[in-house]
Amino acid sequence: MASEEMEQLVRREYKQGFVTDIESDTVPPGLDESTIAFISQKKEEPQWMLDWRLEAYHQWLKMTPPSWAHLEYPPIDYQAISYFSAPKKPEDRPQSLDEVDPKLLETYEKLGIPLHERAALAGVAVDAVFDSVSVTTTFKEKLHEAGVIFCSISEAIREYPELVRQYLGTVVPQADNYFAALNSAVFTDGSFVYVPEGVKCPMELSTYFRINAANTGQFERTLIICDKQAQVSYLEGCTAPMRDENQLHAAVVELVALEDAYIKYSTVQNWYPGDEEGKGGIYNFVTKRGDCRGDRSRISWTQVETGSAITWKYPSCMLRGKESIGEFYSVAVTNGRQQADTGTKMIHIGENTRSTIVAKGIAAGRSDQAYRGLVKIGPRAKGARNYTQCDSLLIGDQCGAHTFPYQEIGNSTATVEHEATTSKIADDQLFYCRARGIDEEDAVSMIVNGFCKDVFQELPMEFAVEAEALLNVTLEGSVG
Amino acid sequence: MSAPERFLERLTARRAEDPSWVAARRQAGAARFEAMGFPTRRDEEWKYTDVRRIAEGDFALATDAAFDTARFDEQRLDIDAYRLVLVDGVFSAELSRLDGLPAGVSLEPLSKAMATNHEAVGGSLGRLAGVDFSPFTALNTAFAEEGVIVRLAPGTVVDKPIYVLLLSRANERPVMSHPRVLIEAGARAEATIVEHYSGEPDAANFTNVVTEVLLDRGAIVDHYKLQEAALTDLHVASIHVDQGRDSRFNSYNLNLGGALVRTDLVTDINAEGAEAAYNGLFFVQGRQHVDNHTLVNHNAPRTFSNENYKGVLDDRSRGVFNGKVFVKKDAQQIEAYQNNANLLLSDRAEIDTKPELVIYADDVKCSHGATTGQLDEEAVYALRSRGIDEPMARALLTLAFVGEVMDKVRLNIIAERVERAVAGRLPDRFNLADLVETAEAIQEA
Repeated sequence: MASEEMEQLVRREYKQGFVTDIESDTVPPGLDESTIAFISQKKEEPQWMLDWRLEAYHQWLKMTPPSWAHLEYPPIDYQAISYFSAPKKPEDRPQSLDEVDPKLLETYEKLGIPLHERAALAGVAVDAVFDSVSVTTTFKEKLHEAGVIFCSISEAIREYPELVRQYLGTVVPQADNYFAALNSAVFTDGSFVYVPEGVKCPMELSTYFRINAANTGQFERTLIICDKQAQVSYLEGCTAPMRDENQLHAAVVELVALEDAYIKYSTVQNWYPGDEEGKGGIYNFVTKRGDCRGDRSRISWTQVETGSAITWKYPSCMLRGKESIGEFYSVAVTNGRQQADTGTKMIHIGENTRSTIVAKGIAAGRSDQAYRGLVKIGPRAKGARNYTQCDSLLIGDQCGAHTFPYQEIGNSTATVEHEATTSKIADDQLFYCRARGIDEEDAVSMIVNGFCKDVFQELPMEFAVEAEALLNVTLEGSVG
Repeated sequence: MSAPERFLERLTARRAEDPSWVAARRQAGAARFEAMGFPTRRDEEWKYTDVRRIAEGDFALATDAAFDTARFDEQRLDIDAYRLVLVDGVFSAELSRLDGLPAGVSLEPLSKAMATNHEAVGGSLGRLAGVDFSPFTALNTAFAEEGVIVRLAPGTVVDKPIYVLLLSRANERPVMSHPRVLIEAGARAEATIVEHYSGEPDAANFTNVVTEVLLDRGAIVDHYKLQEAALTDLHVASIHVDQGRDSRFNSYNLNLGGALVRTDLVTDINAEGAEAAYNGLFFVQGRQHVDNHTLVNHNAPRTFSNENYKGVLDDRSRGVFNGKVFVKKDAQQIEAYQNNANLLLSDRAEIDTKPELVIYADDVKCSHGATTGQLDEEAVYALRSRGIDEPMARALLTLAFVGEVMDKVRLNIIAERVERAVAGRLPDRFNLADLVETAEAIQEA
């Protein structure tokens, strides 16, 4: 492809303007013990929860932000952030889709988002346009029948305190890292899932979540527990561009899989990446970790990361149970001035544990992307096995792609394999497509989708279709 | 007194009458070392290597180069070469063979070069290995008083290898040495240079060497680092290479000895058409710790690098491999390949490997692979089914594993020496000749 053409294609703009409405019931910026007490009180939490938060806060005060990632951003002023804001009042929101930025609607159209969801996603006062209550109720009944608990973390703290207390912070301890400590102190929302022994969750926890996720906080906390022989597939985020006023996002996700349990956690992240100069985009500092606590348990992370100005995210698996399995499938796409430092950690502790890592990175524009992963085989993890494949595709000569895979192997019976490649779309591949009458943009899009196929096929069906469309939209003006 | 201060104290006691340009360098090195201090495991570059054994040590400086001649003959490589010998960092004129150097080749100890031709030495020395690279290069800059200067005039093809033997003695008090090696290859010059570390079996000294290699256009340098020091020796080395247009640098980093060995190998490929090949092998046992950090900087388009490092680890030994390939912006049409394979013979051995790619150009072909595992049981079975007992089968396969690197070694005497050492150090000690004989018998059958 001629370089000017490529350059022209790479120049693209985000499909959505930023909406900044006036918030009400917001605490003034700043963080101290009283802010945390205020959050805890607003959430009607018991004393132990407040104590737990304060403990995290005191740990956080002693910590320093990590600087090892391949990322560049100005220091964050944590006292300039407002740590609690109540959901928007209906009268402050757009009253119908007509008031929503037409460009945003155009994107929804391209992504094939169902009509009734578009309103919710665009932040339209939901009750005014469609009845979400009935949908929600049907889901709730079905889940209730199966014995699955699925609610917000705040509700869970009030309604199922024993469960929350038993598991919260056992996978990601309060002082695990700087952002996890901050989250532990000030988290305001998130989800809680408990699937009882032997139950296969009757539905993918997705559609329901998508509707209700329109107002997720900036410090989300998610806790998913799968009891013995239980199964659940959980979908986080959505392909539609997310509007959010908060620049810093520091979520924590904890997964616990007991014996023979299987948790599949899929993420599609498409936060605002900032303007052409990278200004105003979301900082996404996420701690995600799964604990394969029981024998033969399995945790699978699948992620499609296309948004945010900065992504700092390493979904991990602690493979403690014998023969437990950890999986990580990732597609990360960066364009414009985006920076992503993402990957996974597979910690093999139990015997005959297995893990698979497939990471695909696509860097375009002036973006910078790094895969950072750790495979650790403990001395007792006899017969442990890991396979890692990470490939990077560079589009244009202004971007960067990096690979930092750490392997720490302390057992001679382990087998660990790592492969990585970095390349661009080959001219002969493009030529082959062009010779068959496929225009350049479609050809590039086709090749990129093929590059990501190993990961997309791990996504639940409806997400997979949207993810492909999302990839095209993200690289629009660049490739698709 | 802090560890850096304690080390530097020896400097002031020793060097009083340096020429001013040398004194200035020493001061810069000392100041930088004092500011940085010894690295800790909190430093990413030293994440897996703890240097407290060095920092807490009390090392004197050797004053003579006496060495037992019988042992010397046993330790040295029996090759026809120009030879320069340092004993605990002190030049030994007696053991060196510097006569008959062809025209265009200059090979002399650093002390002599500094005394007679300080301007030329001063210009290149430290150009590639600045005091900021690591606390150890700073420490070396502060202390370096002996070493080797190799200079090749343009077009000179050296007929014999240049053999630098660095011996470590079992002293009553451990000593430290900070040798400095400078190799300047003019345009189209060709040479093979061997740095060989060896010594007495109970030596427990600290060697901190810095090597700088400059290749002008079209130059070809084969550089060997053969580490066979005592299993109680502490060794830190950094090798810095600068490559001009169409030059070729082949590195052979072969590590068998040392209690704690850290080697940094950094190549800046600065002009089109240049190639670098890194071949590495480490075989460690007992509680040996070997850390190899390699970096290839592709600073110019159409440059090529190929790296293959293999490790065999037994007992409670620990290996570290950190290989990095860096492709600068606009350095297009790069090919860079990197491979690291490790064989663990014991459950208590540990390998920490990190093959990194940092790429800022799009028209590149870069790949890396890292594998760790045990011998292929099917291959063991296949050999056993041919009537070879299990220890022999495992020995043959281990030798085949290291063979992929050894096949690249062009100095036969070194390849054989390493293979013999590997065979002899396997859990069931083998004689290389027996193994070769068995292998040949299988091939014939």
